Amino acid sequence: MTNLDQSRAPLYEALEKFRKMRVVPFDVPGHKRGRGNPELSRFLGEQCVGVDVNSMKPLDNLCHPISVIKEAEELTAAAFGAQAAFLMVGGTTSAVQSMVLTACKQHDKIILPRNVHRSVINALVLCGATPIYVNPGVDHNLGISLGMSVSQVEQAVAKHPDAAAILVNNPTYYGICSDLRCLVQLAHRHNMLLLADEAHGTHFYFGADMPLAAMKAGADMAAISMHKSGGSLTQSSILLAGPQVSAGYVGQIINLTQTTSASYLLLASLDISRRNLALRGRETFAKVAALAQYARDEINTIPGYYAFGKDLLNGDSVFDFDLTKLSIHTLDIGLAGIEVYDLLRDEYDIQIEFGDLGNILAYLSIGDRKQDVERLVSALAEIRRRYQKDKTGLLSQEYIEPLVTATPQQAFYAEKVSLPLAETINRVCSEFVMCYPPGIPILAPGEKITGEILDYIRYAKAKGCSMTGPEDPEINRLNVLRDS
Amino acid sequence: MELWYSEMHTANVKFSIRVNRQLFSQQSEYQRIDVFQSEQFGCFLTLDGAMMLTEKDEFIYHEMISHVPMAVHQNIRRVLVIGGGDGGAVRELLRYPRIAHIDLVEIDPLVVEVCRKYLPQVSCGLDDNRVHIHYEDGLKYVRAKEEEYDLIIVDSTDPFGPGENLFTKEFYGSCYKALKSDGIMVNQQESPYYEDDAIAMQRAHKRIVQSFPISRIYQAHIPTYPSGHWTFGFASKHYHPLKDLDDQAWNQLHLQTKYYTTKVHRGAFALPAYVEELVRDVE
Repeated sequence: MTNLDQSRAPLYEALEKFRKMRVVPFDVPGHKRGRGNPELSRFLGEQCVGVDVNSMKPLDNLCHPISVIKEAEELTAAAFGAQAAFLMVGGTTSAVQSMVLTACKQHDKIILPRNVHRSVINALVLCGATPIYVNPGVDHNLGISLGMSVSQVEQAVAKHPDAAAILVNNPTYYGICSDLRCLVQLAHRHNMLLLADEAHGTHFYFGADMPLAAMKAGADMAAISMHKSGGSLTQSSILLAGPQVSAGYVGQIINLTQTTSASYLLLASLDISRRNLALRGRETFAKVAALAQYARDEINTIPGYYAFGKDLLNGDSVFDFDLTKLSIHTLDIGLAGIEVYDLLRDEYDIQIEFGDLGNILAYLSIGDRKQDVERLVSALAEIRRRYQKDKTGLLSQEYIEPLVTATPQQAFYAEKVSLPLAETINRVCSEFVMCYPPGIPILAPGEKITGEILDYIRYAKAKGCSMTGPEDPEINRLNVLRDS
Repeated sequence: MELWYSEMHTANVKFSIRVNRQLFSQQSEYQRIDVFQSEQFGCFLTLDGAMMLTEKDEFIYHEMISHVPMAVHQNIRRVLVIGGGDGGAVRELLRYPRIAHIDLVEIDPLVVEVCRKYLPQVSCGLDDNRVHIHYEDGLKYVRAKEEEYDLIIVDSTDPFGPGENLFTKEFYGSCYKALKSDGIMVNQQESPYYEDDAIAMQRAHKRIVQSFPISRIYQAHIPTYPSGHWTFGFASKHYHPLKDLDDQAWNQLHLQTKYYTTKVHRGAFALPAYVEELVRDVE
């Protein structure tokens, strides 16, 4: 019987114990507790390089956990109310991909909103499944994609009753949640799995008055970015599975692409963070939510900015809103979100999460201080005073219906040619185009390029969005299918 | 028994004062506050272990942060003091009958309480009916003000801790907005000598230069501050700190001062060559 006491952190405890044993290393990593790389040791600290170790009996092995990692995973599953939990070291990208690869094989269909993270579509390139996109509603004033309305998903399900799974963002980057409980029931009525991308929803499991967490809603799998709101190290993540999914099969899928040298720094950070959230998450996230609400209220006193919140709720495509997300609409001061984002960093030494055409998002988490929120609010007030412009000519983001003409896998591996941007109209794109962050594709492999999309790409580039995806980093050319 | 207060001025330099006894020690919501009694410097206040003021040499800092702008701008009526919960700057300002209103914005009520109790010589002006104390974040307070003040005095702690916000570009910009069209901002601006302090001083100057049309540095010698060599910033929308200095007007007030004179005023803006270079590098 495993001890499911959440005050324990078995992996961290095993590392502490291991450190004290002063074992002589004739194994990898070759820096040997940092001795072989003094510059690195000075930079990261001896404590850190001293526990950068390899899998071994007392520390278990992530590829086949049987002892301390297994215990840490069981504690994690219990903390999140899941049947099984997997510690992940390849970012939430690896959790999302394992989730999709578990649910879909070649020729399967998966129903999903278009505003998914690129990792979802990347998984489709790997497994060969076909995306069935549901139009997430768009708020035309703000220019942001919303959640999926239940009726839209119902239509997709009726049209594609053979789909293997439905994938839901819980929440979106902006903090918007769909009616998850309803979508879970819909999926299960049609023998589909419900997968949740909870890259931005770790805190839903621990905070009070938060939107519904996927496992609580009965979802089958969820990808959790512990390193975002949960406080673990960058690149560490968690994959959760419910009772309908074979944990053994998920483990096999994970091992298809997972490193065999998992970092114990990442794993320990997951263990310690899970303990912290389980023990103190409730009060921690109450503070984060209060701080975000304070920031929202202060920002909304500055004319021209709109920090939105639960006022967006509409019972359907905005079923719930995550109040820890601080999203601010900026177009009314005559500046694109990306311009405000750049000014905050270049002029005020404030780095926020992202700016898109009409909005910025500041990410608040367990590490934030009131005094820093005062700086953000004051800097926004100053940007308005000093840089405010006429808003004519500013575009808002509109939903562009993707025209899927080939699966992401077919398009990715097909014969292609590189064309100047202007000549790609009506051709089928073989690569991704996206602003990063947020990393939501404008074009994905297999989608037809339209004039509207090209206008959007040109405008986003002109406003200084950091565009990624294509082979040509300048995005003056795009790869298209030769036979399209 | 030997009892010493020590402050690390750098990782390799330590400044110590022999202490007779510790009068007060408490962690407030914002910082650790200590008061000591010493033979050499009398009673002194430290915040998070850093020297704020001593009974014996506080006059230098408080005179230089207040009288310099007052001798330049003859129509100062409304003043905002940010930080300065000890009351030293307010005490100097209250000596001018022309000042009608002083808002003092201090984030930490305990600093005011402690100074009232242990440093009455410094805090004596805080109960004057021209003084209005607001316990608030300075950056937040000034954000909401527009063209209200003739003078803003930024009497902050170091830029590593609760005072950090008072060294930011958004703060200086907000102060610019809160000042009337001929307003002046004076701020304590760290030491130019030790590297970390000098970087903070340079960064502050750079940000002020970007916010105000006129921006000059002046200095004073303060025995208990790191390196003893301290700088202040004079930023202004209209008045020049030297060209608009009215020696005669100020001297006719017959204020008794121990450090400030209009001659010191002129001299204080003459910077050592290496400090001039630091300043020039960011202008």
